[in-house]
Amino acid sequence: MLEIKNLHVSIEEKKIIKGLDLSINKGEVHALMGPNGSGKSTLSYVLSGKDKYEINDGTIDYNGKNLLELDVDERANEGLFLAFQYPMEIPGVQTSFFLKTAINSKRKYLGQSEMDALEFAKLMKSKAEELNISTEMLKRDLNVNYSGGEKKKQEILQMSMLSPKMAILDETDSGLDIDALRIVSEGVNKLRNSDNSFLVITHYQRLLNYIKPDFVHIIADGKIVKSGDYSLALELEEKGYEEISQTA
Amino acid sequence: MAATEQTIKQVNTLGSSDYKYGFSTEVDEIRPPKGLNEEIIKFISAQKDEPEWMLEWRLNAFKVFNKLPKPQWAKLNIPEIDYQDCYYYSIPKSLKDKPKSLDEIDPEILKTYEKLGIPLKEQKMLSGIAVDAVFDSVSVATTYKKQLSDLGIVFCSISEAVKTYPELVKKYLGSVIPVSDHSFAALNSAVFTDGSFIYIPEGVRCPVELSTYFRINAMNTGQFERTLIIADKDSYVSYLEGCTAPMRDENQLHAANVELVALDNAEIKYSTVQNWYPGDKEGKGGIYNFVTKRGACRGKNSKISWTQVETGSAITWKYPSCILQGDNSKGEFYSVAITNNMQQADTGTKMIHIGKNTSSKIISKGISAGKANNTYRGLVNILSKAKNARNFTQCDSLLIGNQCGAHTVPYIESSNSDSMVEHEATTSKINEDQLFYCQQRGLNSEDAVGLIVNGFCKEVLQHLPMEFAVEAQKLVAISLEGSVG
Repeated sequence: MLEIKNLHVSIEEKKIIKGLDLSINKGEVHALMGPNGSGKSTLSYVLSGKDKYEINDGTIDYNGKNLLELDVDERANEGLFLAFQYPMEIPGVQTSFFLKTAINSKRKYLGQSEMDALEFAKLMKSKAEELNISTEMLKRDLNVNYSGGEKKKQEILQMSMLSPKMAILDETDSGLDIDALRIVSEGVNKLRNSDNSFLVITHYQRLLNYIKPDFVHIIADGKIVKSGDYSLALELEEKGYEEISQTA
Repeated sequence: MAATEQTIKQVNTLGSSDYKYGFSTEVDEIRPPKGLNEEIIKFISAQKDEPEWMLEWRLNAFKVFNKLPKPQWAKLNIPEIDYQDCYYYSIPKSLKDKPKSLDEIDPEILKTYEKLGIPLKEQKMLSGIAVDAVFDSVSVATTYKKQLSDLGIVFCSISEAVKTYPELVKKYLGSVIPVSDHSFAALNSAVFTDGSFIYIPEGVRCPVELSTYFRINAMNTGQFERTLIIADKDSYVSYLEGCTAPMRDENQLHAANVELVALDNAEIKYSTVQNWYPGDKEGKGGIYNFVTKRGACRGKNSKISWTQVETGSAITWKYPSCILQGDNSKGEFYSVAITNNMQQADTGTKMIHIGKNTSSKIISKGISAGKANNTYRGLVNILSKAKNARNFTQCDSLLIGNQCGAHTVPYIESSNSDSMVEHEATTSKINEDQLFYCQQRGLNSEDAVGLIVNGFCKEVLQHLPMEFAVEAQKLVAISLEGSVG
């Protein structure tokens, strides 16, 4: 699915990612953990194609394509989804309209006809109910005056409606209370299958109680310093980043 | 490349060749020589078989025009206009003898309107919309006439109204915009050619949207539109105008006067989608759009609402205004003005509060891209008798790129201590992170800009008649992606 080799990234001359390797196969959930400033969010932006990041070296293969050559919207329509740490507000654009536009952009890219209104309404309703999102909220402007938790739920709703092949969750747990965390995690778990993959970026082991990863990686100073299974997250919780990084 | 940078680049590379209304139609024209003088005015009046009083009115306006200087208040760079180097009248020969039915109209002209998406043939007519179509200086056809006349509604060209309803025309023409208002108003009064006339009788609610489609076709020809709408007591009408012109290298003049009169409890809703040819990206060609639009809320509880979407023209100079004479009368102005490339717009409104408990609302959204300049200019004037007057104004500007300008010039004059005036203004740049967010959801950069800008304009666009709201949304997006507007 995703194969990152020897990735070096800088922003305004400052080196952030310094030789990162990561391989994610179909059906796998990987967790990426690390302290502030270790390069976690940078990686999510580089994968989704945000500009201002300079790729100094390395390759990223995504389903046989050179990911770095694709535009932001091409990557998205090829099934790469980023759940934002800070989702953007778009005043004047109704949430349901935004969802419909996104779905139809993807269908157009794939050469499919637009989803008809009824089918869309059904899909949105069922997905929103799973996430405990009210229909009233779908009528509001996208993310405008949403609480932090509502914004994160909205990201997961968009994800489940677009059903990506490769989803990156960038600190989706930050700002969530325990109930919202459970609902969001359930949303992710429902989507998991043998054909898609997840990269879950987080500071805390707590989220991984709900979304059980197949692999856990620890990133420090722009490199993956240790990889393991779920038990690595528990070890990290116990010892802290510093000790784990040193023993690596 | 940054998404905004990319958009700006796209906007720049796509020339104005994307103006899809830029074609011209080959027709034989009747056209007097260039130049502005009494002979030309007499010629226009004679062509239209006008009564003597109309000609005198025109000649008087011409005298006034000669004495008035060009208005100077706008923040616009208007090149010197040589009024003698312009044609003031042009009509297709085939329309001279006033075709009795659509079958007699030159098929080339009918084709023009079909290309523009305005079918005039009955079987293809837009449902629920009656259309008057003006081609250069003359009205081509008015649809739905019979159905409207059964209700006593008059919807015809102003030329026809001068002959058929002289009393109404004499009473109201120039009563809202005096001939001497400013030089463009006087010029229009002297040489106006066609436009629409609407009279809604007492107690009638007009069941369909009335609409005029203005098309400039001939070269070097000015279009001097004159529209007069009268809503009698307890009546209602919603009117929409659309405008396009071929792409030509030289500038063309469109100087319109539009007068609205609302009597007791009457309501007029007037919407404009202005998409005149804006010129190319270097600023060559395009329409000079000098428009005077003014509505008088003469009766108590009357209401006039202006909605405009201004995307075209090289220069837009336009201030649709309301004179709130009647007690409890209401004025509204909703505006989206988009300028791209070298376009200039100076637009806004005047709300003159005269009666008691009068209220007005102004929502203006200005969007600038390329090297364009966009100014909101507005006056809220509350006279001493206007007890309890209210105004709310909101002006928002959105900038795309770093070579364009947005300016807000509000004037507020209040001579009365009971009144309340609120003004809010914001200026922002299109947000890189919003664009990235939309693109990450699969929208290409053009669609992303279109979506965000439409969101920004929503408060205004939702006031357009439903049938046109979707078209207007597309136009907003096209204006920015393809540099049409």
